[in-house]
Amino acid sequence: MRMPDLTALLTATAVFTSALAFAAKADEVHVLNWKGYGADEPWAVEAFEKATGNKVVNDFFNSEQEMLTKIRTNPGLYDVVMINAAFNDQAMDGKLIQPIDVSKLPNYADISKDKAGSPMLVHDGKVYGVPWVWGLTALAINDKSFDKPPTSIAEMWDAAHKGRVVIRDDAVEAVQFGAIATGQNINDIKDMDAVKAKLTSLMPQIKTFWSSENDWNQMVASNQIDIGTYWSGSADRAKTHFKLPVSLVVPQEGAVAWLDAFSIPVGAKNVAGAEAFINYMIDPKFYVEWVTKVGAPVSANTKAVEALPEDAFNRKVMGDPEVAKRIQFQAPITDAQREAYLALWQQLKVDVK
Amino acid sequence: MAAATASRSGLRSALPLLTPAYLWLTVAIFLPLSAMVFFSFMTELPLSGKPWAFTLGNYAAFFSQSLYLTLLLASLRLGLEVTLWCIVIGYPAAYVLAKVLKGRSREAIFLLVILPFWSNGLVRIFSWAMVLREGGILDTALNAVLPFKINIDLMYSYPAVIIGLVHSYVPYMVLTCYLTLQAIDDSLIEAGRSLGASRLQVLKRVIIPLSMPGLVAGAALIFVPVVGSFMEPRILGGRTGTFYGTVIEDQFVAVFNWPLGAALSFILLAVVLVILAVASPVLRRAA
Repeated sequence: MRMPDLTALLTATAVFTSALAFAAKADEVHVLNWKGYGADEPWAVEAFEKATGNKVVNDFFNSEQEMLTKIRTNPGLYDVVMINAAFNDQAMDGKLIQPIDVSKLPNYADISKDKAGSPMLVHDGKVYGVPWVWGLTALAINDKSFDKPPTSIAEMWDAAHKGRVVIRDDAVEAVQFGAIATGQNINDIKDMDAVKAKLTSLMPQIKTFWSSENDWNQMVASNQIDIGTYWSGSADRAKTHFKLPVSLVVPQEGAVAWLDAFSIPVGAKNVAGAEAFINYMIDPKFYVEWVTKVGAPVSANTKAVEALPEDAFNRKVMGDPEVAKRIQFQAPITDAQREAYLALWQQLKVDVK
Repeated sequence: MAAATASRSGLRSALPLLTPAYLWLTVAIFLPLSAMVFFSFMTELPLSGKPWAFTLGNYAAFFSQSLYLTLLLASLRLGLEVTLWCIVIGYPAAYVLAKVLKGRSREAIFLLVILPFWSNGLVRIFSWAMVLREGGILDTALNAVLPFKINIDLMYSYPAVIIGLVHSYVPYMVLTCYLTLQAIDDSLIEAGRSLGASRLQVLKRVIIPLSMPGLVAGAALIFVPVVGSFMEPRILGGRTGTFYGTVIEDQFVAVFNWPLGAALSFILLAVVLVILAVASPVLRRAA
């Protein structure tokens, strides 16, 4: 796509979404989420529509900033929006989302206490986000390249893997990964120079920067890579669904964890429908089907996770208390930090050219 | 007086013919582009609903960090290299099409040249990914034929970006050169030959000068979009695939900083225009 095409596309999308705004009807639930992320599964939409009589209209975003802009510029259009917990603050400060009456959500009681009570989602005793699923950005390995899975993040720097390492093309994730590798708190990076030095020494190891699950899986399928950063849900999907030789490794140094939650925007026209939809999204029945049919991250609903088979990845590996001790949940970051991370990441990418 | 009236009435009769094109240009190019100029001077996107003000900061950002300049130079180099390869590959092909082949075989070859245009750009790039990687089609095929073992892994490298871009853009060069080459009267070539010029002299003194407008047009058509390209470098370039275009794309898609993305785009536009302006007298003389 050339630049003018992109502009045209964005303009067209803006026109299209504003056209939708006029068409919003009372019994419709407008959902804003990543594409291909649970809420738009055809079987799920069908089951929800049949059960509640609401019609689901999906819309998608490509970045959190785009999501915030879409809610800001289309007040009243969306009824449900999926917001990463680290962005909940920003949405609440901008008066974009409203408190949720969790008494209307029967499944809310089963959400694990630490997630439901997360200070990122609950402000002044009011719930601004209903935890949905969580997952890790950890390491994944190509089973063909290892006799025994590595335990340390240092494996990424091993000269034996030179040119066979991948990392996601994302500034925030890269910097936080560097923080873990240098033994720092991902949400309070004190020594940025150490992060930069660590990542600089990683760059010559890199084969490419991946951006989608498909990139990763293709490279493993053609045996081009040994190790790289990967999302936990994707690693599971690669193994169980696509039968690829992929294993997730949660290194002893730790891993980056994220929590996704549902919110209701200010001015939503169908709050009752939104509540029903969120309740359905955290329902064990939907979750088990999502895991079995497609593969999914870990549900925040403890009953939903318990409904999985005993040896399921999301129960066995992700539910391991040893893993829980090591992971660090992403907290909100400011726009200034984000831009600083991007500048650092771009500099690293230019230096390695 | 009479001439002025005549030209005015000429314009009036031309108006219905011109209106659709100009209307389209205004709506599809002028308006979005001016919106982008406007954005590039802002602190925040007005769409975002946050307070905004006018600033030159987005343009200053280009000069405050060396990385943008480094990338711009890398992109200009990429543009030059791709254009050069397109000439090397496209010009002889255009010559053969225009002067050697006739009838059915010309149509068939022409079709092969145009064919890439009919497939989606992304599909073309992903098929290159299958060909270029280690254990890919090229690697396997060469190892099947050659008696010794070689290891070809061009994927995720600078040459892979060049290959992908040349493949995408070479048809432009073939088409523009074909048009000017085909217009050269064969009798001029015959005259040159009969007056004792060698084939090489005919090429240098007759064919290349007469086809220069096509070469120049093709070069400009290729150079400009390649300098701003981002899809091919991102997919084929791996860790060497960071270019000026990919950084602009990041600003628009990844961090949603349209003002900075717009400012970077206009700096690119300005640089390209300056290059074309500086080159145009030289090229015009050559043409």
